[in-house]
Amino acid sequence: MSDPQKTPEEMPKDTPQAHDQQVLSEEYKKRQRRRSAAIAIGLVGLVASFYILTMVKLGPELFSRAL
Amino acid sequence: MAYLDSSADIQQADIGADVSDYFALLKPRVMSLVVFTALVGMLLAPNGLHPFVGLLAILSIAIGGGAAGALNMYFDADIDAIMSRTKNRPIPAGRIKKNQVLGFGLFLTGFSVPILGLATNFMAAGLLALTIFYYVVIYTIWLKRITPQNIVIGGAAGAFPVMIGWVAVTGSVSIEALVLFSIVFLWTPPHFWALALYKKGDYEAAKIPMLPNVAGENATILQIIVYSVLLAIVGVLPVVFGFAGYFYGAVASVLGLTMIVLAIRLRGVEQKQMRQRARKLFTFSLSYLFVIFLVLLLETLVLRMTGAA
Repeated sequence: MSDPQKTPEEMPKDTPQAHDQQVLSEEYKKRQRRRSAAIAIGLVGLVASFYILTMVKLGPELFSRAL
Repeated sequence: MAYLDSSADIQQADIGADVSDYFALLKPRVMSLVVFTALVGMLLAPNGLHPFVGLLAILSIAIGGGAAGALNMYFDADIDAIMSRTKNRPIPAGRIKKNQVLGFGLFLTGFSVPILGLATNFMAAGLLALTIFYYVVIYTIWLKRITPQNIVIGGAAGAFPVMIGWVAVTGSVSIEALVLFSIVFLWTPPHFWALALYKKGDYEAAKIPMLPNVAGENATILQIIVYSVLLAIVGVLPVVFGFAGYFYGAVASVLGLTMIVLAIRLRGVEQKQMRQRARKLFTFSLSYLFVIFLVLLLETLVLRMTGAA
């Protein structure tokens, strides 16, 4: 496993750890950002859906309760 | 800065899966059919739903169908790599890891089913769960690789969404829902056997026992004709049961007869011509389902608006 304390530049080049820790390409990071954005949109959509669904299903009843 | 954990990961994930790869796992073309049929079932049902609830229900059914598609790709990755039609799917093309697909499919199933239940009713949610189970376990894992009747039995999975749409609104399975189910159910075998006739080599290479490979082309054509006749009859049942008018009846009759004629024309011609005609039947069958459901829907909506229904 990788040592989180060391950057790739500090890692010895000929060890298995160094071989396993490869810096990711720009394309990989771009795709990762797009995946993260899709997850964020999905989560926001889910929250909004539950909120609107609650309002639609319960409507004013939501506020008709003993305080 | 981000790192991959091992060189094996680097080899397989390479530049990582894109959002479009995850979308491809949902089988968008199958999903469009699921959305369309579910929407038809929902709009034909009496009463109706709040537009937002209807939208959420359609979204849940679509995502549930997509989850089944992703799980199908997980279990079928080995044969997908062999067939020309499927070898560019995300797993065989090496764009995404198998286990990620399994997680993705299970995650979507775990969300879509309860959300449909909360938005509409738990009978619809139960049917959605049954659809996913049926498609993944009964069809993909069990029947697809062992029987040439795989498409007939598996066809039920594709027929459920129209019923789920109906049940989402009414909360119960009625004769209308069963008729709509039967139309899609009987449409599936001639549709896929037509495909199997001109993609025979692909299925042979993947060792999938499709009917043309196991029973031969003549037996397949005969079964296509039988199912086309049954489809043409069931296609006009909405008129018989009183939830469609004569305009729909006329359109369904013409399209049903055309389907039978196209099926009969597969007989007694040479291989090359038969394959061309099989492709034509496959394309026509797609239009058949789309047109009869669209006409049924439009006719019902027009009759409702004019107060005749």
